[in-house]
This record gives sequence, structure tokens and C-alpha cells, in this order.
Amino acid sequence: MVDVSLLEVAGALALVAVAIGIAVWERTGLERDVGLATVRAFVQLTAIGYVIQLIFDSDELVFVVALLAVMVTIGAFTARTRAREVPGALGTLFVALGLAAAATLVLVIALGVFPATPRYLVPVGGMVIGNAMTAAAVALNRLGEDVRSSTREIEAALALGATGGQAIRAVTRRSLRSATIPVIDQTKTTGLITFPGTMVGMLVAGAQPVDAVRLQLILLYLLMGAVAIAALTAVALARRRFFTAAQQLREPAAPAR
Amino acid sequence: MLFALEGVSASRRGRPVLRGLTASIPEGATAVTGPSGVGKSTLLRLLNRLADADAGAVRYRGRDVREGDPLALRREVGLVAQLPAPVAPTVAEDVRYGPALAGRPAPDVGALLELAGLDPAMATRDARELSVGQQQRVMLARALALQPRVLLLDEPTSALDSGARGAVERTLTDLRTRLGLSVVLVTHDDAQAARLADHRLTLG
Repeated sequence: MVDVSLLEVAGALALVAVAIGIAVWERTGLERDVGLATVRAFVQLTAIGYVIQLIFDSDELVFVVALLAVMVTIGAFTARTRAREVPGALGTLFVALGLAAAATLVLVIALGVFPATPRYLVPVGGMVIGNAMTAAAVALNRLGEDVRSSTREIEAALALGATGGQAIRAVTRRSLRSATIPVIDQTKTTGLITFPGTMVGMLVAGAQPVDAVRLQLILLYLLMGAVAIAALTAVALARRRFFTAAQQLREPAAPAR
Repeated sequence: MLFALEGVSASRRGRPVLRGLTASIPEGATAVTGPSGVGKSTLLRLLNRLADADAGAVRYRGRDVREGDPLALRREVGLVAQLPAPVAPTVAEDVRYGPALAGRPAPDVGALLELAGLDPAMATRDARELSVGQQQRVMLARALALQPRVLLLDEPTSALDSGARGAVERTLTDLRTRLGLSVVLVTHDDAQAARLADHRLTLG
């Protein structure tokens, strides 16, 4: 076990000071953001640390499910800010993140990869939801933008007797690619140009490299599945919302900003 | 009567453009004319149900367009938009797109391209690499592939120079006589309306 004192955390603030110094020096206007990010990270992680401690102590799965549900909710609200052009994005994202988390966690438990205990479910669930959120946000962001920039092609296809789903197929394909390519590329280059966080954490905490690597592999494979499920669900649910029952492309509710 | 509009109001991008329009469009060729922004394109979109009216009714051969299957209506009432919008990588795939979705046998692409005044050898080309005039003819061939009974044309020659415009006009006249199609043509060009249409509907 590794002990980290608050003094050591405070020591790392020296590097935040460097980041603020650069922001001021180069007038990027980001010094306030750096400060805010630093404080938010401290508050959020400290709070979640205590919450996780409570859940570990109680060892009740119902608390795990509640915590993951909160994460899914926050993830859905966060991703929605990137999906402004998609009508009804919040519900779509909620389903996409929930499904990605549920499907992957149930699968790894069923396969016996992890025991169904809070110590595994909380951190792994958090990673899955975080990555699913990013993928779903990218997918819907791209989908919304592409639908608006491809209006002529989509309406041309509708005029030729296509359903909304058929007319939007090229667009949905592009948005799924945008959402899943980053995690695929990250998985391809892992160990070459990036050391993933879990492995770094385990090595620092004193685990054997082989164990660290195996756990990291499990997580990488899991994330590929989770990201694909989240992106596919988000796109499949969102694409219908662009069309009326009479297969007409809806006009944007609010002008794009 | 081909189309009947009964007290039709419609908006486009949140702005009302047609207000209580009552008009009829007979079989044959009808030119829809009027100043910009008066709702000519919006009217065409109502005829094949790419959009619905906010109020009033649009009838196609006596039947309210909202009662039938919109996809079947669009196959029977083809639309060629103002600007070309290829939906497939090659001209041939573009022309086959509509019939394939309808589950119909693949059409004779070469014959359709000729009908639209194009060299059949263009079938393998990427439509986006063709001139705008040629692309517009691909759009025409693509609409004809569904064997429509009515063709809606939204300013089909507005993006063309005068030579290409004359050629497309000749193609359209030729098509009408050969296929017995009814045509509803939006144009801001009075002379073109006189050349191509038997009837006229003036908005605004």
C-alpha cells in the first residue's frame, strides 16, 4: 500500500504554478481556468474518495449501483453540452451511457473477470462511464453537425423514397467512426507512446508489472466494447429524432451557434 | 386536377411564407413564378411531402397527401432540387439508388442517362466531378429512374449558363412528349415559364 500525504499533493501544486505562469506569460487567458480546474479536481476527487471509502466499508452493491447511476446522470448532462443540435439528446445519452455501463459490467462479472464487489465495480464502472460519455458526446456532436451540413443530400435521398434512417446512413456511419477511432488508436499505440493510467497507478502502488499489464489489457478491451455500445446506442436513438413520422427532416429548433 | 391547394399556410425555417393559398395545378406543365422568398420552393416541398402545411390541405389527384404513404408519394411525384446533391459515389449508383430502396429491379442506367441528355459512358464517373449542368442532368436521370408520373423542378437551370440552360430546356420538353409526364416547374424567369409551361401559378 502507498501512503500519499496532503503535503505531497501540495508539492505537486508547484507544477500548477508553472502552468499558470505560462498562461499569464503567453496571455492565453487560461489562468483562471487552470485555477478552477485545480480546485475542482481537488474538491471532486476528495469527495468521491470519501464516498468510495464509505461504499467499500459498507460492501453493499446497492450503493455501487447508486453511485454509477449518479455518474451516468452527470455524464449524460455533460455530453449534452456537445450535442446541442440533436433534439432530445439528454434521454438518448442517459440510455446510451447506462446501457454501455450495464452491458460491460454484467459481461465481465458473468465471465468471471472481476468479482462483483465494490472494489472492482466502482473504479471500473467509473472508467467505462467516462469513456462512454466521451464517445457518445463525439458521436452526437458529429451527427448533429453533419445532419445540418448535409441537409441537401439527406432531403435528396428522402425525395427518392428513402426513409429517414436510410437517408442519414452515410452521416451516422461517419459519426460512429469519429466516436470510436480515438479509443481504437489509443489501444493500438498503448505501451508505445502512452502508458495507460491504470497500469501507471498499479506500478506506482507496487504491483508486479505482469499483473499491471494484464489488468490494463482487460480494461482496454472492455473500453472498446463500452465505447462502441455507447456510440451505437446514442446514434441509433438520436437519428430518429431528426425526422417526423412522415419521413421529413425536421428543421433545427434553434439556430446553430 | 393534379394538385389542389386549399387554404394552405406554410412556413420555412420558422418564417411564414405561404398564407392561406388556394390554387389548383392541372395535368400538363405548370410554371410557378413570383419574386424570391414568396414560397415557390416551399410549395414544391408540400407537393411531395418533404414538408407539411401548417394549415389547410394539399391534395394530389383528389386525395389529401397526408393520408397516404409519403414514400410512395415521393416515388410517384419526383423532385429535382435547385442544386445537385449526389447521394452515391458514382453516377450509376446515384441513378440506381431510388429503385433499389423501392425493391425494384435495377434500371437501365445508360438509357436513363441518354434520356436526360448525358453520355452513358458517364455512369462510372463520380457525379461531384462533373459540371453543374451535367450534375443537374444526373439528378434528372435519377428522378426518372423511379418512373414518376409527376416531376417537380425547382429552378432547374438557375445554376447554368445560357447554353446549358437551353439544352436542359430542350431535354425537359422532349421528356414531356416522350413520357407523358406532368411537370411543376418553379422559375423566376418569365420567358422560361412561357417556353416550358402551358399553365402558370403566380405567387405573391
